[in-house]
Amino acid sequence: MTHAHFLDPYRPRASLIHALDPRVKFLLAVGFILAAALTPPAAWAAYILLAALALAATVLSELGVGYVLRRSGLALPFVLAAFPVLFTLDGAALLHFRLGPLVLTLSDAGLVRFVSIALKSWLSVQAAIVLAGTTPFPELLLAMRSLRIPRLLVAIIGLMWRYLFVLADEALRLMRARAARSAAAAEPGRRVGGTVAWRARVTGGMAGNLFLRSFDRADRIYNAMAARGYDGEVRMLPIPRVPLGQRVLVGLALAGLALVVLLGYLL
Amino acid sequence: MFLSVQPMHIPDGFLSVAVSVLLWLLSVAAIAYALQRVNRELGERQVPLMGVLAACIFAGQMLNFSVTGGTSGHLMGAAIATILLGPWAAIIVMTAVVSVQALIFQDGGLLALGANLFNMGVIGVTVSYFAYHTLRRLTGDKPWSIIVSGFVAAWLSIFIASLAVALQLAVSGTSPANVAVAAMGGVHALIGIGEGLITAGALAFLLATRRDLVGAGAPRGESSRTVWLGGLAIAALLAVLAPLASAHPDGLEWVAEQSGFLDRAQGPLYNIIPDYLLPGVSNEALSTILAGIIGLLIVAGVTLAVGQSRRRRASEGETK
Repeated sequence: MTHAHFLDPYRPRASLIHALDPRVKFLLAVGFILAAALTPPAAWAAYILLAALALAATVLSELGVGYVLRRSGLALPFVLAAFPVLFTLDGAALLHFRLGPLVLTLSDAGLVRFVSIALKSWLSVQAAIVLAGTTPFPELLLAMRSLRIPRLLVAIIGLMWRYLFVLADEALRLMRARAARSAAAAEPGRRVGGTVAWRARVTGGMAGNLFLRSFDRADRIYNAMAARGYDGEVRMLPIPRVPLGQRVLVGLALAGLALVVLLGYLL
Repeated sequence: MFLSVQPMHIPDGFLSVAVSVLLWLLSVAAIAYALQRVNRELGERQVPLMGVLAACIFAGQMLNFSVTGGTSGHLMGAAIATILLGPWAAIIVMTAVVSVQALIFQDGGLLALGANLFNMGVIGVTVSYFAYHTLRRLTGDKPWSIIVSGFVAAWLSIFIASLAVALQLAVSGTSPANVAVAAMGGVHALIGIGEGLITAGALAFLLATRRDLVGAGAPRGESSRTVWLGGLAIAALLAVLAPLASAHPDGLEWVAEQSGFLDRAQGPLYNIIPDYLLPGVSNEALSTILAGIIGLLIVAGVTLAVGQSRRRRASEGETK
């Protein structure tokens, strides 16, 4: 009973991207996503350049192109939200569909907008995957701190990450216990178990139990922290400076991305 | 785990830059204020508690029950966090959850994170708080009061947040308002029932085992009146805006165009350099092909370089 959703996406490698400062990686990823968002619809040349950059970063990171592409399918279901745009924008009609009493007209403007949105989203997800795949979580916390995110929030996010896997295991135990005590019918279609409301009530009880265990665990954690001298002040190591070479790299890369966006408008 | 990507998390690429930035600013302001309140009102004991509860909500989203034919109901958690922790701590907890979902698991985008924080953190929590405590006051000390209020608060938090998502998509020009509001609202009216049932079940369990925990998030004087009013305002605003937007699908875009921020978002350079073409590259198809060639060169170069360095590393490993 594994759960892919909770696997730490960080993959240790010896690549150039792994060696970059986490703040540099963070800025570059956000800069890339911003560039994709700023590029106008139907700027195919700019999209190709952005896709090449994303692919180059993937190859450089040695995460494996297949891995990144597989994971990037994750955000795909949301494309449904942009689906109606296909039929509602004015433009030259390409196709007609008959859906009961409704006649849907696929317009070229709608198609262009839809494909642009899907492409931008897909490229942005790739950048985020490379960032998460090459940066261990403590380094991301460091990047957060240098972005002036308040220490309290960073400390809470750090604690959350520390106990996420513990509580995920706790949740899996609860689910395994439920599965062990539940019947399953051999022939499909035969109803087993209670009504949907009853099943939801049981799941609610499990969620409540998870909360209860979390409260208890938080008490123990606080006691342990207090035993080691915790007094409410969150203390952290000073933040090291970003090396000069990497600063230059960020400047160049962001200028390059700005150029791609500019090309998107000019062409 | 097809449904592990919830339709509530907006990925990057779906919101216009103007909408993303505006919602980032709103979220940052709300979170900063919540942090200040948490710092003032809660003791040092609360720091590990909030971290662990954020992890708990994250893990709690794994708990699901089958509804029918492969679909399942599961938890977003804003309502239960609000009821157990109070509004300010709940906003912080939801901020931690939604940020890590975006940063690590690509559940929702990074540029769109401001919007997701706003929808699930700020709106989810304020609406839950408003609904829960209004109903608690109305129903008094009846034994079922907490459970029913919890159900309604959870359902409403999902439903209202989904309306906000739909409106944001509509203003961004990603989805026409009349379709987006109806589709998102309709889907989440159903998803919200799952959320409501799980929340009610959790509250029933906690009432039976640890009654003291359930009263912990109760309102304390004027400090929580702001949140109550905020929840009322959000619920009222969206209740008016959403039907309006769906009746006049172009209404929102019209407003956006009039106030000029769609233009600013989509074509600032267009106005400065109209119909400008790169010297020597006059044909659109040609420029696309050129971009393709440049892209190929970049990728091929990088691939070769990485292959080289790998081979060198491998041979170094052999000689050692």
